[in-house]
Formats: sequence, C-alpha cells, structure tokens
Amino acid sequence: MAFAVVIILLVIGTVTFHFASPWWFTPIASNWGMIDTTVIITFWVTGIVFVAVNLFMAYAVVKYRHRKDVRAHYEPENSKLETWLTVITTIGVALMLAPGLFVWAKVIDAPEGAAEVEVVGQQWHWSYRYPGPDGTFGQVEHKLISRDNPFGMIAEDPAGQDDILVSSPVLHLPVNQPVKLLLRSKDVLHNFAVAEFRLKMDLVPGMVTYFWVEPTQVGEYDILCEELCGVGHHTMQGRVVVESQEDFDAWLAQQPNFASLAEQPAGDPVAGQALYAVCSACHGADGEGNQVVNAPKLAGQEWTYLERQLHNYKDGVRGTAEGDALGAQMAGMAATLPTDQAVRDVVAYIGTLPDNRPQSTVTGNADNGKRLYTTCQFCHGPQGQGYWTMNAPRLSGMSDWYMADQIVKFRDGLRGSHPRDLYGRQMAMMADLFQDEQALNDLVAYLNEL
Amino acid sequence: MAYVAIADRDHEAHLHDPDTFITKYIWSQDHKVIAIQYGLTAIGIGLVALVLSGLMRLQLGFPDTFSFIDPNDYYQFITMHGMIMVIYLLTALFLGGFGNYLIPLMIGSRDMVFPFMNMLSFWVYLLAVLILVASFFVPGGPTGAGWTLYPPQAISPGTPGTTWGIILMLVSLAVFIIAFTMGGLNYVTTVLQARCKGMTLMRMPLSIWGIFMATILGLLAFPALLVSAIMMILDSLLGTSFFMPAMLAAGEIASYEGGSPILFQHLFWFFGHPEVYIVALPAFGIVSDLLSVHARKNIFGYRMMVWAILAIGGLSFIVWAHHMYVSGMNPYFGFFFATTTLIIAVPTAIKVYNWVLTLWRGNIHLTVPMLFAIGFIFTFVHGGLTGLFLGNVVVDLPLSDTYFVVGHFHMVMGVSPILVVFGAIYHWFPKITGRMFNETLGKWHFWLTLLGTYSIYLPMHYLGILGVPRRYYAYGTTDFIPESAMTMNTGITISALIVAVVQLIFLYNMIWSVFRGPKADPNPWKATSLEWLTPDTPPKHGNWGPDLPVVYRWAYDYSVPGAAEDYIPQNQPPDATHKTVDDHAEAVEQAPQDDGAPQA
Amino acid sequence: MSFWRNVTEKSWERPGEADELHSGVILEQPTRRMALRVFLCVVASVFFLLFVAYRIRMEYPDWRPLPLPSVLWLNTVLLVLASAVMQWTRSQVEKANPGPLRAGMVVSGLLTVGFVVGQWVAWSQLGAEGYALRSNPANAFFYLLTAVHGAHVLGGLWVWLRATLRAFRKDGAATVQGSVQLCATYWHFLLLVWLVMLYFLLTT
Repeated sequence: MAFAVVIILLVIGTVTFHFASPWWFTPIASNWGMIDTTVIITFWVTGIVFVAVNLFMAYAVVKYRHRKDVRAHYEPENSKLETWLTVITTIGVALMLAPGLFVWAKVIDAPEGAAEVEVVGQQWHWSYRYPGPDGTFGQVEHKLISRDNPFGMIAEDPAGQDDILVSSPVLHLPVNQPVKLLLRSKDVLHNFAVAEFRLKMDLVPGMVTYFWVEPTQVGEYDILCEELCGVGHHTMQGRVVVESQEDFDAWLAQQPNFASLAEQPAGDPVAGQALYAVCSACHGADGEGNQVVNAPKLAGQEWTYLERQLHNYKDGVRGTAEGDALGAQMAGMAATLPTDQAVRDVVAYIGTLPDNRPQSTVTGNADNGKRLYTTCQFCHGPQGQGYWTMNAPRLSGMSDWYMADQIVKFRDGLRGSHPRDLYGRQMAMMADLFQDEQALNDLVAYLNEL
Repeated sequence: MAYVAIADRDHEAHLHDPDTFITKYIWSQDHKVIAIQYGLTAIGIGLVALVLSGLMRLQLGFPDTFSFIDPNDYYQFITMHGMIMVIYLLTALFLGGFGNYLIPLMIGSRDMVFPFMNMLSFWVYLLAVLILVASFFVPGGPTGAGWTLYPPQAISPGTPGTTWGIILMLVSLAVFIIAFTMGGLNYVTTVLQARCKGMTLMRMPLSIWGIFMATILGLLAFPALLVSAIMMILDSLLGTSFFMPAMLAAGEIASYEGGSPILFQHLFWFFGHPEVYIVALPAFGIVSDLLSVHARKNIFGYRMMVWAILAIGGLSFIVWAHHMYVSGMNPYFGFFFATTTLIIAVPTAIKVYNWVLTLWRGNIHLTVPMLFAIGFIFTFVHGGLTGLFLGNVVVDLPLSDTYFVVGHFHMVMGVSPILVVFGAIYHWFPKITGRMFNETLGKWHFWLTLLGTYSIYLPMHYLGILGVPRRYYAYGTTDFIPESAMTMNTGITISALIVAVVQLIFLYNMIWSVFRGPKADPNPWKATSLEWLTPDTPPKHGNWGPDLPVVYRWAYDYSVPGAAEDYIPQNQPPDATHKTVDDHAEAVEQAPQDDGAPQA
Repeated sequence: MSFWRNVTEKSWERPGEADELHSGVILEQPTRRMALRVFLCVVASVFFLLFVAYRIRMEYPDWRPLPLPSVLWLNTVLLVLASAVMQWTRSQVEKANPGPLRAGMVVSGLLTVGFVVGQWVAWSQLGAEGYALRSNPANAFFYLLTAVHGAHVLGGLWVWLRATLRAFRKDGAATVQGSVQLCATYWHFLLLVWLVMLYFLLTT
C-alpha cells in the first residue's frame, strides 16, 4: 500500500514540478516557435503515457497485492490486447514524429536571399566574418592562419577584399532578417548555441556547417559552446546583439574590412618612443616595471595582448570597475594615446625594449604551484610563454606581484566583469580557483621558476 | 542424430573439483566464480566512478569552494566517470557477471562451453581495468575528452591527458574488447549449444534472452570501437590523419591534414547506440523474471517479449546517428534516423506494457527484489519517454548538449539498469551465497536510492529545457541562467551525496549477510527456473550433481490453474502435476533419451 | 524457416514434452565450429567497418591513391592456392589418411607464409618509393587494412602451426580432424576478406 502511495505521489510530484518549476524555455527570440510547439506536443503525449502507465501500475500493486489463498490469474498472452496497445503506441509515435519531420525540413532549408555570416570558432573564443558589399566571402586557407591573418584569408582573392572581419566574440545581427550562419572551426569541434534561438550546430574543422535563423526580438543573448572542446570549454562564451537594421548598418560600417586591415601601417617604434615617454615614468625606461608605483613589467609581453589592453582601457572596458583605483589611473593614461595608430606605435616600441627577468618578490611552494598551474598551462603554455591564439599573455619572466594582484582582481570582479570584456571574463572564471592567499603565492612562485 | 548436451560429453564429464584455494578462487574455470570475480571487479571500479561523480557534483553544487577540483580535474572526472560506468561497470556486470552466473544455471548446463577461455576473459578484463586505473597515475593524468573521446580534441593539446591518458584509455578499451569477445563467444555458443534436454529457445527465461541478444549486439558493435581506437592511436602516435583535419594546435598549424572527425562519430555511435541496449536488454530480461517470480504470475506476452528483444536488437544498429543531429553531418540523415529511433519506441513500449500487465491480476509480494523491479519500471518509463524528445530530430535541437540529455541518459541508462542490478543481486543472493540478506536494510536501500536518484535527475531535465549546457565546469555570468538554477544545482548535489552514502547500506548488508546472514532456503522465492533447482546451494562446480536436469515446461508456470502449488518447476515431469487444466492434460510422457556419441 | 518456427512456439502449451530436444536442432554443429563462426562474424564486423570508413574517406576530393605493387597479385595467387589446398586437406580428413593430410597442411601453411612475406615485400617496396604511412590518408588506409588482415592471417597461422605439429605426432593425424576443418573455414574466410579488400583497393 505504502508503495503504491509513493508511486502516486511521485507521479503527482512530477506533474506539479513540471508546471510549477521556475525553469522553462527562455523567451523565444527567433522564428522557431514551431520547435517549441513540437516540444509541447511531445510533452503532452509522453506526459499522458507517463501518468497512465504509472497510475495503472500503482493501482495494480494495491489491488493485487499478496493475499493468502488468492492465486494469480494465469494468462500467457492476449493477442488482441497486445495488438491494440501496439496500434495505439504507433499512433502516439506518429503524432510526435510527423510534426517533427515537417519542422526539420524547414530547419535545414535556408530561404533564398538569407544573409550569410560566418562564425569562426577556436579554443576558446568566437570571431565572425561578414561578406561585405559584394555579398561573397573570400576564400580561406587553413595554412595561412597566423597572428597577422587570424582568419586565414587568401590575400589575392578579390572577393575577400571587402570581407568584414570581427575579431571579437560579439556578433551583431539585424532583427527580422533571415540569416544563414556558416560555421567553421580552426581547431577542434565546437558548437554554436543560443538558447533564445532554440538552434545549435557543431563547428567541425575541415568543413563548413550551417543553420539559419531569423531573430525576432531586439536584444542581447548569450552564445555558448555546447560541444566539449577542451579544458576551457565552459569559458567559450560570446554575445549576439540583435538590433534594428539601421543600428546594424551603422555598426557594420565601423568595422574594418580585410583590405583596410592589410593596408593599415605597422606600428612605428620611432614614433612610439616619443609616446612612451609618458609611460616610462611608471613602467620604467626599459619597460621593466616598478612595484612601488604598481606598474608591471611590459618588455617582452605579447603585442596582441598589450594592444588589446590599451584599447580596453581607452574604451572603458578595463579600469572602470568600482574599486579598481589603479585601473582607473591607467585608463586615464591610456586615454592620452589619441589614435589606434598611436597604440600600435607605442606597442611596437615596447617590442624593442630589452627583456630582462625581474626580481622575484613572492615566495611560496612552487611544487604546489605546479599542480595549480595544470589548468593554466592550456592557455598560457607549459612554459608560461602565452598563446596568441588563445589571447593568453605571457607569464614567465613577468612581474610576479602584478600577476598575483590581477588574479585577485579577476576573482573579486574588479577586472573581467565588464560585459564587453569577454576574454577577461574567461580569466575571471578561472581565477575563482584561487580562494586563498597561499595557493596564489604558490602559483606565482612556480611561475617564477619558468 | 542424437543430441548429447555438451556438458555431458566425455571430455567434460569429469569436472574435477578444484582443491586448492588458488584453483578454486583465483584461476578458477567455474563460471560462478568467474561471475563473482567479474561482479566484484566491476563494482569495485564502479565505486571509483561513483566517487568521481561525487567530486563533480561538489564542484557544480558549490562552485568556487573546492580548490582541489580545477577544470582539468573536472573534465577528467566526467570522462572517467562516463566510461567506467558504461563499459567497465554496466557492460561487465551484466554480461560478465550476471551472464556468466545465470546462463549455465538457467539453461541447465554444467558450465560455459569453453571454461578456460571464460577464465581468460576475466583476467584480460582485469588487465583492462588496471590499464584504465593506471591512467590516473601517469604524467598529465587520464584523458579529459569526454567519454565519447571525440577527435580532434581527444588527441590535441587543449584537452587534459592527451599524451598518456588517451593512449591508455584506447589501449584499455581494446583490451576490454578482447576480453568481451572471449566471454561473448562463450555466452552465445553456450546458449546455442549447451542447453539441457527439453530447453527449447522459447522455454528459456527472458533473462537469458536479454543477455543472449545483448551479447550478440556486443560482438557486432564493439568492433566499431576497436577500429576507431586503433585508428585514433595511429593518429596520435604515428601522425596519420584518419580523424584529424588540418587544424591549429597550441597556437601552431598542426601537421595533420584531411581527416574526418565526423567519421569517428559515426564509428563511435555505431558502437555507442547498441551499447545502450547491451546494458538495457539484460536489464529488461532480468526485470521480467523478477516481476514474474514475485507476482507469482507468468510474464505476460512472453512471445511478444522475445520478439521485442529481437526487434530492439536489430533496430539498434540503424539508429546510431540520432546522437549526431547537431554534429554537422548531412542534415538529410535526420529524417531517416528520427524515424528509426521513434520506431524502436514501439517494441520498447510493448515491453513496458507487458511488465505492468504482468502485475495486473497477479499476487504481488513486495519483496526487496520486487521493489527494485517496480522501481525500475517507474524510472524506465520516465527515461524512455524523455528519449522520445531527444530521438525526434527537431525536438532534440534545443535540448541536445544540455542537462536534459544528462537527465535522460542517467534515468534510462544509469538509474534504471542499476536498480535492476540491485534487484538481481538481492534476488539471487540466496543462491549465490546460500544466505539471506537483511530485508529491512534492503528496503531502506531501495527507498533512499529511488527517491534520491529521482530528485537528482528530474530537475536536470528542466535545467536542460532552460538551456543549461552540460559538461561545464562552471557557469560564470550569463543572462539566461537564473540564480535559482544554481540553487537547484546545490540541491542536486546534496541528493547525489546522500544517494552515494546510501550505497554503504547495501555494501554493509551484503558483506554482513555473506558471513552472518541466516541460511537460505534453496528456493526461497519459490521460482520455477532451473538455477533454483540445483542439488546444492550455492551450486557446486558442475552445478548439477551426476545428472543434468531435463526440462518439461517453460520458465513461467506460476499459478497454473489446478496445480497443487502456485509454481511448477521447469524440471517437473507432467505426471507430477496431473491436476492441470484440459489443454495441459495431453502432455506426453517424456521419451527416454539414448546417449549417442557427439555428432561430428 | 525453422528459426521462425522456434521463436513462435507457444511454449506454455503442451508442457511435458522434452523429447523434442531443444531448438539447437537448427544450429546443430560441433561447438568449436559454432564458436569459430561467431568469431568470424566479429572479424567480419571489423573489416566491414574498416571498408565503410575507407569508402567514406575515398569520396573526399583530396584522395590520392597509391599505386598497388604488382607483388600483390602474386600474393593473391598464393592465398587462393593456400585456401584450395586447405579444402583438399579437409577432404582427406574423412579418409583418415595421415600422409596427404600432413602434406596438405604443410603446403597450405607454407603458401600462406609466402603470402605474409609477399605482403611484407609490398610494404617495403612502397616504403622505398616514398609512400609513407603518414604522408596521406590513402596510404594510411592501405597500411592499416593490410596490417589488420595480416594480423588475422598470423592468428590463423598460429592455430595452423599447433595443428600441424600435432598431426606429425604418432597417431596424431586422427586427433586433428576438427582443427583441419576449422582451419579450412578460417582460410576461406581470410581469402574472401582479402579479395574484397583487393577490390576496394583497386577501385580507387
């Protein structure tokens, strides 16, 4: 008896949970309401079966529980009943399958005239390419991928000259406009998923996959990678901004295309030297850093990283968190660099400075630090050399006290919490590991050994 | 040509009882000892996987709290947890454990047809387990590629354990497949060749049908895993490009070119989907027997049950790509695989109906094994129905790679088979050890496990509908995952830890009962099938004493009208139950069997 | 369709019949032969999947097949002969004539060893011509397929060696009947696999 009661309670509980739980589909922001409908149909069909079978079972357990002097009924089979059950089940299955296949036919068939956007995935971030005014993507070649050509564009291809390259995890799409997303991966499998769009698809290296969607709600949504792609899988987030056609066009007009990026002059160290005079007051004439004024060593750092951080400071993405006084100070200094060219120049000059190992200032258990560094080395490299592909700066031979400070800032939300600092957010998720001082010191002590 | 049971033929008629401890318990060729060796090893490694899942849940339930679980560890834990549970625990336990124990006893044979190979199978399996465990102690640790081991990430930098871990994993799998093939050849050949007199195919208990079909699936499906393991080892060690495309690795252009990652996925799931049924079919079979025995009623629709097993086994080879709807494969495959997948729901549903109809008009004894069997129906119905979401290609789109999937396959492939494993252990414990277990502890174990696991996996489905992705170490800041979802995660973790601790009740009960439990009746459940009719309990080497049993009826003669007892053992000749109803009256006298020579 | 009859039997009717034996009737054959057939199904599954993978990969535009060394034809002839001699040897088993039996075993075994050596020659020729394993997927597949088949052949030779040694013992010929039959089945199977494989290698 108790058994049957519990089964009945479980059924009631499940149904109640279904209707009362606060977790349900996110509000839909695309044309794929039909997908939700198929899910609802499936819920009804399966829900009825779930309730019916279990209540019948509970009833049977009560009614036919063991009693003395009563024997079970002897009935090896009942073809008529079994045939009926088979037929009813088949009908139920068809009820779910038919609309499913109907909608699937629509999902895989992108409408004529859908705009195309390329989504590029790599460990562990996103970037995007728009075909530009000619509506055609230039050819890409995997072997050409480099720090100067992260998309692997073929320079000679005329179709590629006007391709708009977005080296940021933020995707912009116009509202109410069907768009076919072409998915490409530079390294391993990834999966492009936006919960509000209802769709997702893997990115497979060596081929181009696709899906199409028509965003219907202006707003910003999270892009998540949903195919395990290595140790940074959970940090591979992006944003999709759905905006009006005018806003979208305005944004697109500001983005550089392949040709303009190629023509952009390289940083000039001579011009940079003059600009660096301001920096040298704190960071030192040789970019060696100065702990007294909280200025880290710059010499020897990845130029992509330095450029990005200067832009972050200039754009208010870094140094604006409440309580980050030092960051705010640096943001003020970065503002003195008037143009993108000035940023490139000063970084080019820093690239010419001598790279000397600074004095260690942190002590800790390097053996423990080595263990803690296991996860870090996937992005920052086994030797702490940094990988440009992962936007991870060099750590070895840099200011140790600064790295310790920054991990604390990441952890406490003083850095990497700005909605546009998606790379910083990745580090913030990792920095959560360092909840105590000792672990931090151990890690930095290990970095000093690299 | 006269038939002589294999086990009665000359060269195996003199099964000498092993005398020393070593030959009796270590290098034993007795299928029962091998079964126990398989079972204990599988449970042992399964406990490791249980601990790993506890650690993962700690991280998910209490993020930023345990600095000893970093992302590297976490992805290693999910990989090892999944692989151990699916292959080294469930497959080994159902086939190596229950298959080994039950096949010869239930079909009335003295042993497997190749006892030496059977013994070898266990030791090779143990070797596979040891290789797997060794990967915890090599530089870089075990692989963290997820149990699906998808290339390129499985062997490219960026994933934990790509130097040693993945190689050990692949080698261990290959070794496991060798062990399984040795065992599997035995199970199939034994069922086909060594049944005792009178044991027609349709008189076999459904446990045997399930195990038999699962073994055939395994024999045909594991080669896909073997082939892909060999190819991936070559890609990793010799630099071939079977699965590896041109790609970046650690900031450099890797030397690979032209491999196809999707080819691996096809091979993997060609194995991986039948693997689901390799676990499920024995569970289906065993649960049918438990329900029938404890409801004192024949299994309803026996023939339909057998056909369903055959149909599910056959269909399981043409549904594999439903794991790949969002993999980037040719989208037109979606139509075919969604259709086959939903068709397979029909025979599966029939099995569920027949279990429930077996209870109907039964005489239900809510013993501990019965509780687990009925609990299984509940969880399996839940897990099976959510499978209809994921099998239907369009419905799968929002749910794929979310916690809905995690909830689904844990209900259908984790909780459900494990409930059957527990039920089966309680059911056959008196035969295996000759002692009874403690019923009260058994019931506590059941209730806490059922309610605990349900409270873990039910909410996961709803997190999945929300869109919470699986295989995430932490969730950081997103717009669409509310704080309440994280609170739920904490709750799930607490349930999971309780369920894990509850298993100690089971272990205590088993260990205590083996030594201190009251002596068991040889047939405590009054069951009809042959394993309960051995002359000794636990059965001795050779199982049957001087004469093999002869079978006169199917395994489900419960509550036959007119019979003296509410069960008629399979080996009971018809004249002993002459008070049967009319259509039983024509039963003929069993003709004496001439002992001819083995046919060539 | 006796299997169909078996699985549609209403086994609860007419209890008491034990004289009909079990349905092993349809599968009545010695246990070891049964086991070998099941095993060959497993091996067939391995090769089937390799062939499917090969076919799928072949469709890619960058497929550049390697030229098959002509020694493969000689190897094919050797394997056909080995299989034929094995079949002949099987026919000698029933006559219980130790001389031809021994001779047949030795000859077919040596022919098979010749095949393995020939395969090795093919490998070294290709290696010398610069067709390395890792230089492109077609090469990798060629080496993989032939290696797996070679391992399968070597497994057969191990059983062959044990049977042949036993056949040369005094009165040994009578005890190897079963082994010779198994070997014959095995040899036909590996010839079949080789021919299918050759077909796939030729149709690139």
